[in-house]
Amino acid sequence: MTQVSEMVQLSEEQKKRQRKRSIAIALALGILVAIFYAITLVKMGPGILNRPL
Amino acid sequence: MSIVEQTSPVRALSDAEFGTADVRDYIALLKPRVMSLVVFTAFVGLVVAMTMQPGTIHPFEGFIAILCIAIGGGASGALNMWYDADIDRIMKRTATRPIPAGKIAPDQALAFGLILSAASILVLGVLVNWLAAGLLAFTIFFYAVIYTMWLKRSTPQNIVIGGAAGAFPPMIGWAAVTGSVTIESIILFLIIFMWTPPHFWALALLKNEDYKNAGVPMLPVVAGEAVTRSQILLYSLIVAPLGVAPSLLGFAGLGYAIASSILGVVFLLAAFRVYALREGDPARKAAGQMFAFSIFYLFALYAILMAEHLLGLEMLPSIFG
Repeated sequence: MTQVSEMVQLSEEQKKRQRKRSIAIALALGILVAIFYAITLVKMGPGILNRPL
Repeated sequence: MSIVEQTSPVRALSDAEFGTADVRDYIALLKPRVMSLVVFTAFVGLVVAMTMQPGTIHPFEGFIAILCIAIGGGASGALNMWYDADIDRIMKRTATRPIPAGKIAPDQALAFGLILSAASILVLGVLVNWLAAGLLAFTIFFYAVIYTMWLKRSTPQNIVIGGAAGAFPPMIGWAAVTGSVTIESIILFLIIFMWTPPHFWALALLKNEDYKNAGVPMLPVVAGEAVTRSQILLYSLIVAPLGVAPSLLGFAGLGYAIASSILGVVFLLAAFRVYALREGDPARKAAGQMFAFSIFYLFALYAILMAEHLLGLEMLPSIFG
């Protein structure tokens, strides 16, 4: 059985657009991380340090 | 059996395959104008609940709830555009949307809508509460599947039932704070639910040809303009008193009672003009005015309700009980 895998070449304009989209996705993920960090502090407050050693 | 992999020569991807979208097109996919109404009404539901039950959630949790509702609402808009690309192509109003314009491939829009739907529901559930997340999930399902895929193309009652999707946000905002569904949030839901048909039918009277060409069975297309005008008036007769209900039920004050009564009367007058003026330019103008005023009406009702709660004026003087 022969499987053909195709190589594609993006134009400069397409690369530029892809890069912009990637930055937007990275930003969205960064914001999500910041939100989870902040909400952890908000919900647990100082209690976050209160754990058995 | 062995697999032999062959590598073909390098080829360029056409813009149609790759999509010419930039970030702005993806934002357009979220229907930002619809989203702004969703965010606003959800925010009012949240603020009213927070002032009535202070200390239930931290303001940052409230912010997360609004963010999730906004993204979930946007995601359902993307799913709607994915499914409706064929008719959007035909209608002037929607032909420039990212999919019919060839900027975003349908598959990309579908993936975008599904990922954002799942993310917004999960984040709302994990960080705020699961009742609010459940209501958001139901809203997205209702808009994308019940309205877009089923009702929109099959019945002239499409926007009457589908309007529920747009009416849920204040209920979700309320549920994010209280973890419950109560009469107050049901009233906030009902105001938008009953407001949607006259609002949309006024637009449909203006865009009748577009809907006809696209084969969407809007009420003016199927039942004719005369029936639509009576229905607008009929629904307006329900909306006007419903708009006053928050005062009668004790979660809005005197300012709201007066303002909602006046706004309700103007809403009825606008609907009556649509009913009475049936020919030519005056008819079109009346429908346009009805559409524009209906947006102002809803915005004003919710804004006044929120302002009263923020200022602590939501209690009526005792002579009103």
